[in-house]
Amino acid sequence: MLLIPCPYCGPREETEFSYGGEAHIERPKQPEALGDEAWADYLFMTGNTKGVFLERWVHSHGCRRWFNAARDTLTNEVLAVYEMGGKPPKLEKRSYV
Amino acid sequence: MKSRYSIFSLLRNALSYHEGWPEAWRSPEPKPSYDVVIVGGGGHGLATAYYLAKEHGITNVAVIERGWLGGGNTGRNTTIVRSNYLWDESAHLYEHSLKLWEGLTRELNYNVMFSQRGVMNLAHSQHDLRELGRRIAANRLNGVDSEFLTPRQVKQFCPIIDLREGGRYPVLGASLQRRGGTARHDAIAWGYARAADALGVDIIQECPVEGFRIEKGRVRAVETAKGTIEAGKVALAVAGHSSVLAELAGFRLPIVCHPLQALVSEPVKPVIDCVVMSNAVHAYISQSDKGDLVIGAGVDRYIGYSQRGGLPVTEETLAAICELFPLFRRMRMMRCWGGTVDTCPDASPIVSKTPVEGMYINGGWGTGGFKSTPGSGWVYAHTIAHDEPHPLNAAFKLDRFTTGYLIDEHGAAAVAH
Repeated sequence: MLLIPCPYCGPREETEFSYGGEAHIERPKQPEALGDEAWADYLFMTGNTKGVFLERWVHSHGCRRWFNAARDTLTNEVLAVYEMGGKPPKLEKRSYV
Repeated sequence: MKSRYSIFSLLRNALSYHEGWPEAWRSPEPKPSYDVVIVGGGGHGLATAYYLAKEHGITNVAVIERGWLGGGNTGRNTTIVRSNYLWDESAHLYEHSLKLWEGLTRELNYNVMFSQRGVMNLAHSQHDLRELGRRIAANRLNGVDSEFLTPRQVKQFCPIIDLREGGRYPVLGASLQRRGGTARHDAIAWGYARAADALGVDIIQECPVEGFRIEKGRVRAVETAKGTIEAGKVALAVAGHSSVLAELAGFRLPIVCHPLQALVSEPVKPVIDCVVMSNAVHAYISQSDKGDLVIGAGVDRYIGYSQRGGLPVTEETLAAICELFPLFRRMRMMRCWGGTVDTCPDASPIVSKTPVEGMYINGGWGTGGFKSTPGSGWVYAHTIAHDEPHPLNAAFKLDRFTTGYLIDEHGAAAVAH
């Protein structure tokens, strides 16, 4: 089980949280100008990094606030948490093949 | 030519204390170049190699595997085989696979222990019941055997299930595919490997891919830990790592990876002679020939490559199993493990050409890749040999996410994701 450090409540068990998928996906500014390929890219081609991944969590059974986390998807280490809308922290790139 | 496995070869080798069995496949060093390089030595990759050689006469083929054969999801699943999918495209693909399963032991001269013991899907609510009814009707229209069982018939088919009034998960009915069942997970990898090797395919283990050489949009070679291997065509069959290898090749996939867990109990005498699945409460169970209960759990919701999952997930599954089968409450679980499953947004696979010329992708099977192994290899071999998909997998193209022609199988996929 993951131990997730909520930036507002401190470290809590994974069961208190819900997952929100990849972070920093921007809604298209001009949706009506988007072609099919760009729509597919926005809707379906999500990140699936093996390594450090920026993702969103919500502390559903706690403070109920959303936040971003940087987690290594291979080792499950949560390397950093930061507020929604914040810039991701500078982290050493990890990549595995 | 390899010697055939038979009762006579068994007796002959018994006389020499089983010390004289030949190796089932060679372990050659890679040649500098091949017509087709298949990346991934799981069931799907090996089946693809076998059908390329057998159906299409392409034998200058290498299967390269980073670890050992069948060490990924092929060796980690719960071995259930069925074809009762909702939509025409999926039903035809999985049914083709099931038909191949039915003759596979004989064809490969390798006992894949395919046991058509029946797969029962339970309905716990009125909604489940309607969905099940719809799926049974759709299956029958597609020539897939499927029947409805009343609670009484469920009890007859699987007597150990608890159907007393007032249970937490009342059973209102079930669908039954009698031709469904289980098979031996390792045997499918080993059987295809042996048969492909006999047709001249080189199987190269412990050979991770480090990159691809792509010139003018066409793949030319695969860079591996054992050197560069030139390739006319490159076929990826690396479920659990599809996105990682696609990134090396410079394109993106609509796939996310989740940990999926399974567990087995201590071995006991035969107690359950069918497969019982409940999508709603996330429990599925069967008994292996060795006697242990094989139990599949749900996915962890987050993206993960760790090949292990969280205990809350297995706890939820075991709670449901104990509720449906109170007699298992004192069973001890021996082992639990996790695999990394590729999931697509529509819970259907991708067997397709890619934006890179000469490169193909087979992945995104989600939580249901094992059952499809023979069919997947068969259509993938066709796709590679003809550079065109077979009608059976034509709909499972990568560009369905652009055209919007999705094949939503969330209802028929056993595990929600």
